[in-house]
Amino acid sequence: MELWYTEEHTPTVRFSIKVKNQIVNIRSQFQQISVFDSEEFGRFLTLDGLMMLTERDEFIYHEMIVHVPMAVNPSARRALVIGGGDGGTVRELARYSGIEHIDMVDIDEMVVNVCREHFPGTSCRLDDGRVHLHFEDGLRFVRRFENAYDLIIVDSTDPFGPGEGLFTREFYGNCFKALSPDGILVNQHENPYYDSYSHAMRRAHRRIREIFPICRVYQAHIPTYPSGHWLFGFASKKRDPLSDLDSAAWESLKLTTRYYNSDLHSGSFMLPNYVIEQLEDAG
Amino acid sequence: MIMKNIGNDHANPQNSAPLYEALARYRADRIVPFDVPGHKQGRGAPELAEFLGSQCLSVDVNSMKPLDNLSHPTSVIKEAESLAASAFGADSAFFMVGGTTSAVQAMIMSVCRSGDSIIIPRNVHKSAINAMILCGVNPVYVDPGIHPDLGISLGMAACDVSSAIRNNPGAKAVFVNNPTYYGICPDLTRIADMAHSAGMAVLADEAHGTHFYFGDGLPISAMAAGADMSSISMHKTGGSLTQSSLLVMKRDKVDPGYVRTIINLTQTTSASYLLMSSLDIARRALSTRGLEMFGKVCEMAEYARSEVNGIGGYYAFSGEIINGGNIADFDVTKLSVNTLGVGLAGIEVYDILRDDYGIQIEFGDMGNLLAIISVGDTRYNLERLVSSLYEIKRLRGRDGLGLMDHEYIPPVVKISPQEAFYSPRRVVPLSSSVGEISSEFVMCYPPGIPILAPGELVTREALDYILYALERGCLVMGPQDMTLQNLNVVK
Repeated sequence: MELWYTEEHTPTVRFSIKVKNQIVNIRSQFQQISVFDSEEFGRFLTLDGLMMLTERDEFIYHEMIVHVPMAVNPSARRALVIGGGDGGTVRELARYSGIEHIDMVDIDEMVVNVCREHFPGTSCRLDDGRVHLHFEDGLRFVRRFENAYDLIIVDSTDPFGPGEGLFTREFYGNCFKALSPDGILVNQHENPYYDSYSHAMRRAHRRIREIFPICRVYQAHIPTYPSGHWLFGFASKKRDPLSDLDSAAWESLKLTTRYYNSDLHSGSFMLPNYVIEQLEDAG
Repeated sequence: MIMKNIGNDHANPQNSAPLYEALARYRADRIVPFDVPGHKQGRGAPELAEFLGSQCLSVDVNSMKPLDNLSHPTSVIKEAESLAASAFGADSAFFMVGGTTSAVQAMIMSVCRSGDSIIIPRNVHKSAINAMILCGVNPVYVDPGIHPDLGISLGMAACDVSSAIRNNPGAKAVFVNNPTYYGICPDLTRIADMAHSAGMAVLADEAHGTHFYFGDGLPISAMAAGADMSSISMHKTGGSLTQSSLLVMKRDKVDPGYVRTIINLTQTTSASYLLMSSLDIARRALSTRGLEMFGKVCEMAEYARSEVNGIGGYYAFSGEIINGGNIADFDVTKLSVNTLGVGLAGIEVYDILRDDYGIQIEFGDMGNLLAIISVGDTRYNLERLVSSLYEIKRLRGRDGLGLMDHEYIPPVVKISPQEAFYSPRRVVPLSSSVGEISSEFVMCYPPGIPILAPGELVTREALDYILYALERGCLVMGPQDMTLQNLNVVK
């Protein structure tokens, strides 16, 4: 018998991974949580049937969502992670000794518990003394704060389901208010290739651009995400991701990374023409 | 088959839905249609079938023997109406396919004839005044009162109804809103007692009160309070399709056969089975799960209120405004928010929510906005609404806005609505209409409550209010001249 995990990247395109066995399949109050084991990608987590992370390629996503903003502002002290229940983003952030406080807000405690048990490699820093876990709606959490964070990372699911509120104008506005005067907002920004995703990507970009004076997009190659080409949004009040890149300061931290490096930092902001066009057309 | 798991608990008749079941049988029987509608179960209108779904069009049918006939119900519609009557604690119920407007008109026309008068709050929906135009009834308006801080019109105080009854002993009925658009309820039980002692019928407009019959801790329903008839917008908070409503009644003062005759005067003879089956299905859901559904709705509304009140500036009001007079009770499922504290008119916040945040709420007036919370809402959507209100305050907030200090504008009824409506008219510029008798309505919509009704004197106060509402961006409508430059007045 062969067991395959299949995700429909579009109604007519499928992506499949041969599965050794299914480890978890439970329903939380919010979503269906599944963990599988595979030959090629090791263990992987899906929420409502959509790929969230695999043991083998998660480093790309987590390094890119954290080190890019941290290299632009290596002196960031207070960070907020919205979503990110697998702990990978917190793991990368916790490597910076300058970070004094991390709030992580995930709506679904069950995801965090599953990841603690089955993904020790990503969830390993959730018990760091600087990390504070909050299980509630990110939109609700962030609106209470003003000038409270140097960095907000939105490590969310796609904007169809529990993550929808994290792609709205009111959410980006609430983040702006919660950020310090030189604060940075980074979010996972969907893929530019398939229509349904690129539509969400353009809408998110348009909304962020209306609120933040600096708004850029960078990219990474993630084998298990739809199209394999993934975008991140970089928005800030003051710091430009290229001209304010402090590679010397970042290099001096001597962090070992498998994907990110200072050259790639700049390169990741150099986008293909069709993506540039989409972003310009975002309205 | 869908029907299998539903309605198998024969102990409770409310578990069945006879009209829905008959339609499901019709569909399963694959009847060959050589009758109207001409789209023939959707096959002749592929674009429509694709848009609305072929399942839907397959039961968009005409009345026929196994599906009964709304104007003369003898089988499945009769059963469905009788289940609805018992679900609402009434003696009879009528399925209405012309909206609650048609139910309100049928109520008034069932108890009043030409030349009769009716005691009615001024903040009545225009459908009630339209009914007076149709059958020549004279209104006796009662001042419902206006809340001094919120600027919303309230319910009739029992003492005011009492004096209206005393001064108009010949009136045929007392008409009551239960609740108003904003969720304000009058002391319906007392009003019903007083009206009955004076030999008058009690008619309730419960367009916004379907849930009173099923939820816990909500204001008393018209049937429970002793009203004779009530018009209920099942589609507003009860879960049926838009335009489907119920008229429910007790038999003591009114004969249901006569009511059916009145309804048939104006009701279509091609009543939509989509609308009717939605009433049957919604009634079943309400009777079997209503308590749980509205418990959840109350919880969500309470949560939203506490979050909105936590922002500062906005005031999401609730039961604390009850005063035993013109606010005898409050419907806590309504999320009514006064916006003046953030320096914005309710209608401005309404527009910003829709244009900038993609959030459509029920309405905004001068000082307030109203969001309807229902069983179809999710926590996510409530969080979006609250977060957007934070943003609107941050980006657009100003110093507190003073509300135009408007008192109740007492209508000066010069001639009956019917007489004014049918009198020869002439057109005058709105700005110079003071002193004329209006032959048309002028109202803000929603909520559709008249500032002027046919037969009333255009006063300075009324004109100022209309101009202020226009300036604030309210949708003012009613007159034939949709630009509101001119007004039709009685010659």
